[in-house]
Amino acid sequence: MSSVSASPDAPHAVTVTVNGRAETLRVPARRSLLHALREDLHLTGTKEGCGVGTCGACTVLLDGRPVLACLVLAVQAAGRAIETIESLSRDGALAPVQESFVRHDALQCGFCTPGQIMALEGLLRRTPRPSDAMLRRAMEGNVCRCGTQLRVQAAARDLAGERRSR
Amino acid sequence: MPKIVKQKIEFEGRVEEREVVLEGDDVPIWAADQPFRVVGTPVPRVDGGERASGAAQYTADLYPAGLVFGAVLRSPHAHARIRRLDTSRAERADGVRAVLSHLNLKGIPWYNGLSALFDTELRYAGEEVAAVFADTAAAARDALDLIDVEYEVLAHVVDPEAALAKDAPKVHASGNVLGGDAERYARGDVEAGFGGAAATVELRAETQDVLHHSMETHGSVCEWTGDRLTIWDSTQHIFGVRRQVAAALKVPLDHVRVVSRFMGGGFGSKNQAAKYTVLAAVAARRLGRPVKIMFTRAEESIAAGKRPRSAQRIRLAAGRDGGLVAIDYWGVSGLGAYRAVGSPLAGPAKEMYACPNVRTEVWNVFTNTGPSAAFRAPGFVEGTVALDCAMDALADRLGIDPLELRLRNYAEADQVLGRPYSSKFLREAYTMAAEAAGWSRRAPTPAAPVRSGGPRRGFGMASQIWGGAGSPPAYAEVRLNPDGTVDVRIGTQDIGTGARTALTQIAAEVLTLPVEKITVRLGDTDFPYSPLSAGSQTIASCGPAVRMAAEEARRHLLDTAASVLEAAPSDIRLESGGLSVAGVPDRKIGVHELTGRMGNFTIAGRGFRGANPDGVTIRTWGVQIAEVEVDPETGEVRAIKITACHDVGRVINPMGYVSQIHGGVIQGLGMALCEDHVTDAESGTVMDLGFDSYAMPRQSMIPEIEALAVGRPDPVSNNLGVKGVGEPPIIPTPAAIANAVANAVGVRVTSLPITPAKILRALQAPPSS
Repeated sequence: MSSVSASPDAPHAVTVTVNGRAETLRVPARRSLLHALREDLHLTGTKEGCGVGTCGACTVLLDGRPVLACLVLAVQAAGRAIETIESLSRDGALAPVQESFVRHDALQCGFCTPGQIMALEGLLRRTPRPSDAMLRRAMEGNVCRCGTQLRVQAAARDLAGERRSR
Repeated sequence: MPKIVKQKIEFEGRVEEREVVLEGDDVPIWAADQPFRVVGTPVPRVDGGERASGAAQYTADLYPAGLVFGAVLRSPHAHARIRRLDTSRAERADGVRAVLSHLNLKGIPWYNGLSALFDTELRYAGEEVAAVFADTAAAARDALDLIDVEYEVLAHVVDPEAALAKDAPKVHASGNVLGGDAERYARGDVEAGFGGAAATVELRAETQDVLHHSMETHGSVCEWTGDRLTIWDSTQHIFGVRRQVAAALKVPLDHVRVVSRFMGGGFGSKNQAAKYTVLAAVAARRLGRPVKIMFTRAEESIAAGKRPRSAQRIRLAAGRDGGLVAIDYWGVSGLGAYRAVGSPLAGPAKEMYACPNVRTEVWNVFTNTGPSAAFRAPGFVEGTVALDCAMDALADRLGIDPLELRLRNYAEADQVLGRPYSSKFLREAYTMAAEAAGWSRRAPTPAAPVRSGGPRRGFGMASQIWGGAGSPPAYAEVRLNPDGTVDVRIGTQDIGTGARTALTQIAAEVLTLPVEKITVRLGDTDFPYSPLSAGSQTIASCGPAVRMAAEEARRHLLDTAASVLEAAPSDIRLESGGLSVAGVPDRKIGVHELTGRMGNFTIAGRGFRGANPDGVTIRTWGVQIAEVEVDPETGEVRAIKITACHDVGRVINPMGYVSQIHGGVIQGLGMALCEDHVTDAESGTVMDLGFDSYAMPRQSMIPEIEALAVGRPDPVSNNLGVKGVGEPPIIPTPAAIANAVANAVGVRVTSLPITPAKILRALQAPPSS
């Protein structure tokens, strides 16, 4: 290989806060936050559905707001706080948002589920009582092939405290 | 003693005679009025927490120490021959450990001998040319660019109807038609039927190529320990993968273990071993390291299977009362470049409605496009578009309500095999769905196209017929632990259907224990054999085996309790996890006390799936009613509500049932209105490489879905009285939506997807006869 110092694979040291813990990563500039989370930090709850920002499966919270981890470079996350699906449950106990998904069967194969849950979590932190239209719009970017969309709406509504019966 | 008998077995829309080994007597079928504690109640999925917390490990999530990543170079041409291949630059690249191609991997036949794992003739844009294995996924993909290939480009054909032409480019030397000829079927005298008919209708239906697009892409992780291979695979068929990989590598079956504890969707596209699995296994052996290959979303779009497009022509003839007197059906289905079985497109036309004179002809045709695969009710979704849209057109022609027309043509028995159905509660389904959907609000279809004015509502319906009986073989083991908990082992898969939960309920029911005390372990070829999770068969095939295993454990439990409580086994009662002597309520012992006292002496049971009943045909049935709104000025369709009612026998988990209905309906909605996998005819390459260009239903287009079940157990299907529900709910959705669109605006679009452009074209077309 060439001896040019700006090789795309030359590692950069990056310090990020992941689920409340400071982590120092050595990552090439082109490494996505998604791959850094999954492969360097072994946080595989965040899924790769497309890798190009079209499905929402890799949704995590960056400084409290939902982002697609496949469209953020790990180096861009330097100095920022990341929350993944693993941050929600404590000592094996599910968080309310996760419990609501299970109770409403808002998951089938479950591969898109962590992304769905983080997208909803991000919405509810900003807007604790969203309207139905806001709920649907916030989840529009999360593709589910199994067909859980109505169940996700029900889980979200329940969580939003509206508890309307269908 | 085991004995072998021949039985007609239905699978994925086809009936075959197969040898079945009968080991002994099945347990008696649960009575229709059997009281239940757990079965038939909604139980949230037992692995929901694992999936919702991110703890569930899918194949994609495995990164064993020392992992090497594989990436595949694929043909850019729809049809080409490799003239020269040079992988030396790639082999020298940083991080690259191996390159496999036809130069160094020979003698592995593929696609039933039609091709090889690495062929030098490439028959679709996306076919495997070489594979690179490197220390990182990025390094492997980078090195693909360093492989030098010289291609001789050959003539290609991408449309199945075009591939039927005499002078069409040959996809295979043996010809473009699977089996060399059409599949034909006939009963009665079709010409005579048309001769005396009071009314006839004819239509052409076209369905598009549809992609499965499982959220977890296809992939495998392979690791050798000495001469033993472990494969973690995103598959619907662990035992099939074991058999195929063992054969490809010429290693004994007992040296190969396949694991798939969690998998992220398949829908038929993961029914068998694929090339990447064998490539990963070969590379892992050569490198002495674990190897992983996962498809990118773009690869998922070109090489992971598809529901192939179809073109169909159907003619119906009926008497004045609407009674069918003849059906004449012709269909062509693509196969892609490779597929071993054709699409059973004519299934609905042959059997759904009562008709004495029927003729069908189906051509399954190879094209230079990605291989097709089973996709949730293959052939029947497409065939129902032709048949049920034609029925709707006939109803309009005769001025008969479409529901009434279907009732007048109700098939009481299997007209193809000439025998009764095990049960058929479709009349009940029609009644329940019509009431729930408000079918009486349906206005007659406008006599002329409605070209202006505001959005208009329409109602349409379609019927569903499918198999889903399941069959032997399937085996299960049940073991009681010293603390009174239970392990169930069965080599099936939970591909997201909730099979793990339903099987848990069955064991819990028999042993009278809470669901929490049962752990169903599956997805491992170390467990007893079970079939692929396809054909709507998992609960119908595996559930009865789990019940039998649990019943045997229960008998041993009663026998053991009898000796502890000093009573006859027939006097022991098992209720809510407690054993007692009939009439002596204080002589009792809890299941956990008994197993605790026994220590590691283990109560266990083994079960197998009994034979299907002789002389009857087992079918699932259903109906869906679509209510849509069509804007005649823009051609836009909005689905308002889909009402689904299906007869799938006894429902083990009503919560899982409703989720399956949602899944089928939503996939059917996508096929009806927006999904379209496009291959450019001129270049032969795929235009949609992911979710940005392949439109699948998202939140904003999901209608209300009302999921109803007839819920009556089948009296003979198996010891549970169940049938499958995986595939039935997708079957009628596109046809029902197409019929609702016609009812709204008075033009019938039977080319899927029903886009605004097609509706506007139909509305603007000059009136035909």
